[in-house]
Amino acid sequence: MKKYPVETSLSYPKKGAMGKTGSWRVFKPILDKKKCVKCLRCWIFCPEGSIHREKDDSVSIDYDFCKGCGVCANECNVKAIIMEREEAKKK
Amino acid sequence: MTVMMDTGNRIAAKAAVMAKPEVVAAYPITPQTTLVEAIAEYVARGEYKGEYICVESEHSAMSACIGASAAGSRTFTATSSHGLLLMHEMLHWAALARLPVVMCNINRVVGPGWNIWVDENDSISQRDTGWIQFYCSSNQEIFDTVIQAFKLAEHEKIVLPVMVNLNAFILSHTSMPAEIPDQQVVDDFLGNYVPKWKLDIENPTTFGNIIGPAHYYKVRRAMQDAMLNAKKLIPQITNDWKKASGFFHGDLLEYYKCEGAEHILLSIGAIGAESKTAIDELQKAGHRIGLARVRVIRPFPTEDIIKLGKQADLIVIDRNISIGSEGALFNEVKAALYGESDAKVTGFIAGLGGKDVTYKDIETMCLKALKDKVREQQWYGLEG
Amino acid sequence: MALKDFPVDECLLQGNASCPGCPATVGLRMVLKALGKKTFLVVPACCTAVIESLYPHTSFDVPVMNIAFEAAAAGASGVEAALRQQGRSDITVAAWAGDGGTYDIGLQALSGALERGTNFIYICYNNQIYSNTGIQRSGATPYAAWTTTTVSGKTEFRKEMGEIVLAHHIPYVAQTCISYPEDLYGKIQKAKSIKGPKYIEILAPCPPGWRFSMDKTIEMGRLAVDTGAWSLWECENDVMTFNGKSKLLLEKKVARKPIEDWIKYQGRFSHLFKPERDEERLKAIEEHTDHLWERYRKCYGKI
Repeated sequence: MKKYPVETSLSYPKKGAMGKTGSWRVFKPILDKKKCVKCLRCWIFCPEGSIHREKDDSVSIDYDFCKGCGVCANECNVKAIIMEREEAKKK
Repeated sequence: MTVMMDTGNRIAAKAAVMAKPEVVAAYPITPQTTLVEAIAEYVARGEYKGEYICVESEHSAMSACIGASAAGSRTFTATSSHGLLLMHEMLHWAALARLPVVMCNINRVVGPGWNIWVDENDSISQRDTGWIQFYCSSNQEIFDTVIQAFKLAEHEKIVLPVMVNLNAFILSHTSMPAEIPDQQVVDDFLGNYVPKWKLDIENPTTFGNIIGPAHYYKVRRAMQDAMLNAKKLIPQITNDWKKASGFFHGDLLEYYKCEGAEHILLSIGAIGAESKTAIDELQKAGHRIGLARVRVIRPFPTEDIIKLGKQADLIVIDRNISIGSEGALFNEVKAALYGESDAKVTGFIAGLGGKDVTYKDIETMCLKALKDKVREQQWYGLEG
Repeated sequence: MALKDFPVDECLLQGNASCPGCPATVGLRMVLKALGKKTFLVVPACCTAVIESLYPHTSFDVPVMNIAFEAAAAGASGVEAALRQQGRSDITVAAWAGDGGTYDIGLQALSGALERGTNFIYICYNNQIYSNTGIQRSGATPYAAWTTTTVSGKTEFRKEMGEIVLAHHIPYVAQTCISYPEDLYGKIQKAKSIKGPKYIEILAPCPPGWRFSMDKTIEMGRLAVDTGAWSLWECENDVMTFNGKSKLLLEKKVARKPIEDWIKYQGRFSHLFKPERDEERLKAIEEHTDHLWERYRKCYGKI
């Protein structure tokens, strides 16, 4: 990455540009790998790109960034993902 | 070198094409049309090898220039009056993006009612957009200033867009000779365009996303610094062009017979050219009066104005009016002198709506100023 | 193309500023998978300007040029001309704009770019409102929908932007929806392979704007197609084809589900059901949709 020598509103790519958005979550997706049929629907529909696709098309959830919308659970045809309320975080 | 006997618009087009912008995007408006038509002719003859985008509005013309410039290409456009006003939002955009777009604006009256003659309210109302603004007084100056504009806009210490203004019809449609240097002279003077930043798949960036107050404040400050750099670099660039081409029309101002003058007239554009004849006549009659024709109003030549104010009383003619205030030059000249000089400054509004201003009119205004020493701005030629 | 064959690489990075359940980011992920890293995006004022996140960082791993609300297509024309001059035919130029920037304020610039043959893909992600400014009505907002500027429900029907674009007779025009990734991906890929102006509109159901639960983003898109509130089609060189479920609807091989099946989940239509059913407006919606599909059949059906 090269920084351009000019003062204007030029921004550079960063994962977590808004920080670890996983902290926004109220409900947490829980994946049951045994039920997963590797259809990849959760992967393609995740608005955040927080469902990672492995080489064997199994998936895993990146809780650092998952905002907990629940699209993955809603779109899973075999109910391999359920949403659970986050435990109250220590203040 | 060749001599081109042609209109201001066609000479501006010649200069633009010789600067070899990769992209021109423009929309026609009277009295700019013959400029873009000339570029279209260069395209048809194969003499202009860049892209000429015929957009569907001036707003899109400036937007396309911004896109092309952001993609790393030298760009040019031209407009006038309502076209410039439609661009207003994108003028800010180009300047804040630090994109060195060069544009000719043909100074024309703003409607309603429709009036295609000259006054400078169109560009004067765009002073705050972050564009460097030149005002020309002859076709030779138009050619030379367009070339200088690219050099200035792209200078690594500036990187701001530049507007070259020429008066409707008096310059845009009047044939005068201009010496056109060889292409090599222009090529050597400008060099290859190296963008300060650009969209690049090898180095992906996002231009113009949300920016907080603290950072935005710094962006504004950097623009102001760049403008102040331009003030220092304009004399250098105009002198470099003088060495390359032989032509010099002044830097921020052009001084005419100011030596020993007790009064100095300040004027812009074609009135600036006409003023030389008036000064000749006034000096013949024994008046100690000179002329400082203002070529650049952004950046504003504050230091030069102060020097003049320390030498003489000043007379200012504005072909524009900031309604509710005063003529722009009158206003800014007085502001420049504040605390620096006690010179008397007399201001005239003249020639709005394209009303003719002859050297005789200028003489009359100057004589009135010499006699009355009135400080309020006066409207010249309202009757009739 | 099957989901398994979609590229793994992401050009939209995690941890961006989008709302949970955002349809725009679903669309962006798919679009950028199809277009790849050699893509310039031109983005007018819209939610995506927020999704990019805060200076000095961006969540986009492709070059993005933000431009004024009405100027996306014109800006893209300039970018494309510059790239042509530089001999960079390997780079795809795409405008990515919302429905406000497409149907309303950006319509002139879009029409101009299409008419003059700009070699780019104009993608409208349509969430049927000005969502970035806080849910105001646009030309894409459906009849009777609540927005902050249509407090009792919009009194006009939405316009058909796709058909306005068709009148430009450009090489490729398509409508798709984020709920159909194979359809969407295929259309973007096809557009990428065609020279000249291309227009693709993506229906993007917006949870806060439409007032539905954020886990239902994809489902709302499917229901829109099932009920005929939205249609999937493509028009290549003036040859029109309806796709998927929309094809079956056009050919009357399946019956259209009532629009009510779609709107009953959306808070923006709740005034049609509470405190009592607004039979008049519900009927108007169904009749208008029937009329729309009859017109589609006359214009585009093979009889």
